[in-house]
Amino acid sequence: MESTVDPSIITELRKTPLNAMHRRLGAKMVNFGGWDMPVEYPSTGGLVAEHKAVRAGVGVFDVSHMGDIRISTGRTHGGALAAVQHITMNDAAKLAIGQAQYSAMLYPSGTFVDDVIVHRLGDDDFLLVINAGTREKDINWVRENTASHDCKIEELSDAYTQLAIQGPHAIDLLQKLTDVDLRPIKNYWFTHGAVCGLQNILVARTGYTGEDGFEIYVPSDVATSEEVWAKVMEAGREFGIIPCGLGSRNTLRLEAKMALYGHEISENINVWEAGLDRYCKMEKGDFIGRSELQRAKDAGLKRTLVGLEMIERGIARDEYRCVNDQGEPVGFITSGSPSPTLCKNIALAYLPPSMSSIGTTVYVEIRNQKTKAQVVPTPFYKRAKKSTSQQFASTV
Amino acid sequence: MTYPPSYRYTKQHEWIDVKDGVGTIGITDYAQHELGDVVFVELPKPGAKIQAGKSFGNVESVKAVSEIYAPVSGEVLEANAALEATPEKLNSDPHNSAWLIRVKLADQTELTKLMDAKAYEAFISDKNKEASA
Repeated sequence: MESTVDPSIITELRKTPLNAMHRRLGAKMVNFGGWDMPVEYPSTGGLVAEHKAVRAGVGVFDVSHMGDIRISTGRTHGGALAAVQHITMNDAAKLAIGQAQYSAMLYPSGTFVDDVIVHRLGDDDFLLVINAGTREKDINWVRENTASHDCKIEELSDAYTQLAIQGPHAIDLLQKLTDVDLRPIKNYWFTHGAVCGLQNILVARTGYTGEDGFEIYVPSDVATSEEVWAKVMEAGREFGIIPCGLGSRNTLRLEAKMALYGHEISENINVWEAGLDRYCKMEKGDFIGRSELQRAKDAGLKRTLVGLEMIERGIARDEYRCVNDQGEPVGFITSGSPSPTLCKNIALAYLPPSMSSIGTTVYVEIRNQKTKAQVVPTPFYKRAKKSTSQQFASTV
Repeated sequence: MTYPPSYRYTKQHEWIDVKDGVGTIGITDYAQHELGDVVFVELPKPGAKIQAGKSFGNVESVKAVSEIYAPVSGEVLEANAALEATPEKLNSDPHNSAWLIRVKLADQTELTKLMDAKAYEAFISDKNKEASA
């Protein structure tokens, strides 16, 4: 056995305020996009146990590596909204204050700078939550492309420790720590309130697991961060909480078919190929990437993102080639893993539209072996709708 | 978990137990711990030739694929078929029932290049220190 770590990238990893905590918990740490992050916590069960805790109970993730960009009013009201509309593909004008939406920043080619969650903090005040590995690129992109807009850009990435509390019992856990009534907060809505005695904390019903849950944004000093983490763990004890790392975060999001930057979406893949049409509002007016997307739409799809299930023994992994029965290359895997919930080997892949219908046989090249798979419906996993508040899963 | 004193070990975390010119090969407890939940094992068939230092199979956890390297050269006599249905045995019993292959050694002197249990334990203790630094 040999681990493949590139020694050139070991130096100068960035750390979240909870880094020492993760190490005290015995977490297995990895370099994730330049960040020293916990991939799993073997002493509390490891990846599969973490995955199952989130599906059946509750788990907590340190996602402080995510970045945050605030775009607010400049000299004249409306400048921030105009800027957000210009640099993102979803329609931010449709958001109520206190509502969030999945969106993306695009290159003029209609491919992805990054996917983002846009929160409307005020009438002309927005918070964009961005990926860790693309932080610098994103902030530069936002600054350059809003330069002609009358708005204020602030990078707040290091101001917050972001915790994702995820699972069917996330609401029960968090309710013990806040005076905010969490029940009326719908999926992809947020509020501010007291959490663990800290005032004015952003509490959003968002996540990256396909399960109900909340993300909270607390001050990023180590003492506060560790105290909140400890209180979350204590409040979650009755629900069987365990700390969760990026390993289970990945298997959870894959089952829910949520895109990961650098995998399902990238600078080489456009919105239609990724199947993110419903988050792209062509009718809202012009935005970066729109004209090329219009052209791409008229030209027709060349490849599309599909779900695969392995039929023969083998696990499809990121970047493996897909071939047809003659062995000719037809596409590639973007993410692949055993699914702890389904106990099957699943994957997402780009294939020609002609091979994308459910039940189509396709082969994955696993170490030069043609291994049989078939196209299956996605998401692979969808949670049962329980409470009324979750029935409004936002698509704005 | 203790590392059996009669085994020999590699820096890539394989072990070999040799009796009468036949070596049983597996991965160490340290290796299974590093891998996490093992979900898939791919091994050579009887008759296949393996070469010291070269990959002869793969062990996959949920999150990654890891190659397994041959501690010695030789011919595969048997692969542990039980691991196909129960790969998780590699996590619970890596030094015994979850052996990977048995080989007929081509050159016994290759064993002298491997570590004994004491040297291997010192080797991984250094690695653990690095990791927590």
